[in-house]
Amino acid sequence: MRKIIVTLLFLLFGTSAFADCNIKSGSINILANDFPALRTFVETSKQCKGSADFKVTHSSEHNKIAVPALTANPSEFSARIAANSSIVPLMNQDLIRPLDDLVKKYGKGIQDSQLITIDGKVMAVAFMANTQHLYYREDVLKDLGIAIPKTYEEVVAASEKIRASGKMQYPYAAAYKAGWNLAEEFVNMFIGHGGEFFKAGSAQPNINNAKGVATLNMLKKLSELSNPDYLTHDSEAIKVEWESGNVALMTLWASRSGTLLDDEGDPNITKATKLTGPATVGGGNIPAATLWWDGFTLAKNRPDADAEATFRALAHAASNKKMVADAADQAVWLVEGFVPGPKSIGVIEAVKMGAKPYPMLPQMGLMHGALGSEIVEFLQGKESAEQALKDVEAAYISKAKEQGFL
Amino acid sequence: MPNKTFFWFFLPTGLAMILFIGLPIISTGIQSFYAQHDQVVKEVKKCDPFGCTVSIVVDNEETSKIREAKPLGKFNGFGTYTDRNHLAVDEIKKFWNETESFSAFVDQVTNLPFYKALIFTLTYCLFVTPNVLLLGFIIALSLNAVARKIRGPLIFGTILPMIVTPLVGSLVLFWMIDSQGIIGANIQNLMNDPYLSLKSSKTLTWITIIIYGIWHHSPFAFVVFYAALQTVPQEPVEAAIIDGASRFQRIKHIVLPHIYPVVTFVALISLMDNFRVFEPIIGFSAEGSAQSLSWLIYDNLVNEEVILFGSAAATSMMTIIGIAILLAPVLIRTWKEFKTAR
Repeated sequence: MRKIIVTLLFLLFGTSAFADCNIKSGSINILANDFPALRTFVETSKQCKGSADFKVTHSSEHNKIAVPALTANPSEFSARIAANSSIVPLMNQDLIRPLDDLVKKYGKGIQDSQLITIDGKVMAVAFMANTQHLYYREDVLKDLGIAIPKTYEEVVAASEKIRASGKMQYPYAAAYKAGWNLAEEFVNMFIGHGGEFFKAGSAQPNINNAKGVATLNMLKKLSELSNPDYLTHDSEAIKVEWESGNVALMTLWASRSGTLLDDEGDPNITKATKLTGPATVGGGNIPAATLWWDGFTLAKNRPDADAEATFRALAHAASNKKMVADAADQAVWLVEGFVPGPKSIGVIEAVKMGAKPYPMLPQMGLMHGALGSEIVEFLQGKESAEQALKDVEAAYISKAKEQGFL
Repeated sequence: MPNKTFFWFFLPTGLAMILFIGLPIISTGIQSFYAQHDQVVKEVKKCDPFGCTVSIVVDNEETSKIREAKPLGKFNGFGTYTDRNHLAVDEIKKFWNETESFSAFVDQVTNLPFYKALIFTLTYCLFVTPNVLLLGFIIALSLNAVARKIRGPLIFGTILPMIVTPLVGSLVLFWMIDSQGIIGANIQNLMNDPYLSLKSSKTLTWITIIIYGIWHHSPFAFVVFYAALQTVPQEPVEAAIIDGASRFQRIKHIVLPHIYPVVTFVALISLMDNFRVFEPIIGFSAEGSAQSLSWLIYDNLVNEEVILFGSAAATSMMTIIGIAILLAPVLIRTWKEFKTAR
């Protein structure tokens, strides 16, 4: 009997003992967004916490917490899982520390391509890539003889055909919730049209032009093919729409493909759900999508011992071949040993097509914020595209002046 | 109570008020006159998994030097108050000169964020406050008339909307008015318009939020009125019945004058609350169609990745001034009555 217990205990703790990175002290507290891949990542790093304190906060409101929490000294969190856009406010306020020494000392398994270097200093270590791309219902498209859309013009035509067939009333979906989500759709579409948000070498806005108008018109066309409540729909809401079988074409984050293709929900819909690369628009050859990385950054206002412990735990996950093999369908991992599966098609296609990364500029957050609230009235049909773009620029300029960018 | 006793009695509350309300307001006021320092940026090479680019970052060394010298920021005077995202003085002058008709001018002005929010806030106050007073009073009167046995449970049921957390209450209604929810789908059927959406139409969103506001705030008016009704003396009421006064006449000539001070009180509180309308906008995800002054402050503080303290502080100060203006007539009246009573 005793032998069995000992064996069981050994089995139970054996795995974690194997992963223990021998961290003796320090405390680890991580702030991260909330989706499956990040949970897996943080859980993996927890296996190696040793005798350090380990705390984690997963929140979809992470953007609102990050700057105040890291400004405090000592800061609440020792690490923040950030992305291209959310690292910018941390850089602007000088809240994260360079990782060069730690990478040299403890980052053996981390590949060079994972390092985010700014001005020659490693500021973050990326571990997964993300983008928004097209999802389609194979059964619906096949029934109506529609080819898989490659451009947004084809998406519009296909959606109109599906609507005309009477199969679905609102065949298209994308996260158009007023605010951050809607602005992100504008950013994608504008980049697809070959637009640049700022005049070269300055923080002057550059969206009130033909490309901006074309972008808005395309967004409007798509919104008319979406559920009339589109202005309140975020990624989660359109995921639900998809799983209820109300939608045949959708633009959604690659990181959500796992939850769409899991065993929950109607098996017929799950079986017919297929992924393809992001669409292009307006005859452009780069996709109307932005590439994102998710990576970890370490707080500056935290003792070195905590930073070291945190780095070692997170580096363990960021170079973990077992994790990327086990969770291959949760994300497109940038970690060595990752073999892309069918759920990674979107991101891989986007990279192949030459998609651009989300602009990592200090003033981009202000532009994103202005877009999210000022283009709503155009979509509601209360304003012309030119007026909406003029409003965005004016709102942005006031904010940028207050922030000292102009 | 002698003045001295009153002073010692009030001191702890007063200190707490100064500490937790007065000082923060002063600090917010000071903040509103400052903007961020000019950003010092430099061009650097940035590399990520998707390749390298040359682009700009904030020069932290230079910035921290400037910040240490002047931690509050750059003095901006009323600059933030008058910029486009607030009072938009220059823009309004321009619109006045450029537009041909008055309605075009109004269109342009109401397109500015601050005025857009102000109009929604005032509309909300204007519709919700009187309706809350009326509905609360009617419920109080009816409940006062029912048999004592069932009064308890009825009162509890009536104040439920106030007990339910605003966010939860609005979320429940939000799901019901979804185009596939019970109310939304039925309205679509009733109107025979599959594209009708309560959430995408600005007018319908406003109506929804106002109805929600009335539903949520009425119990407060009801509770206060109900308590006041218990103090109405029975003799004059009975005398009026003998004189043949109708129910309406009794309420108009006896009950209302008696509880009048309470009505003023509820109106004041209700106006103040409604001017700060915020939760339903979040609960209904109505940011696209309805923005209030409080929502603007929230947006400046959390919605951007860059926090706009100056903007938020300026809007806060103007909200306080707005409430003061709104309450002025009622306060002046109360003050006059107080003086004549003495």
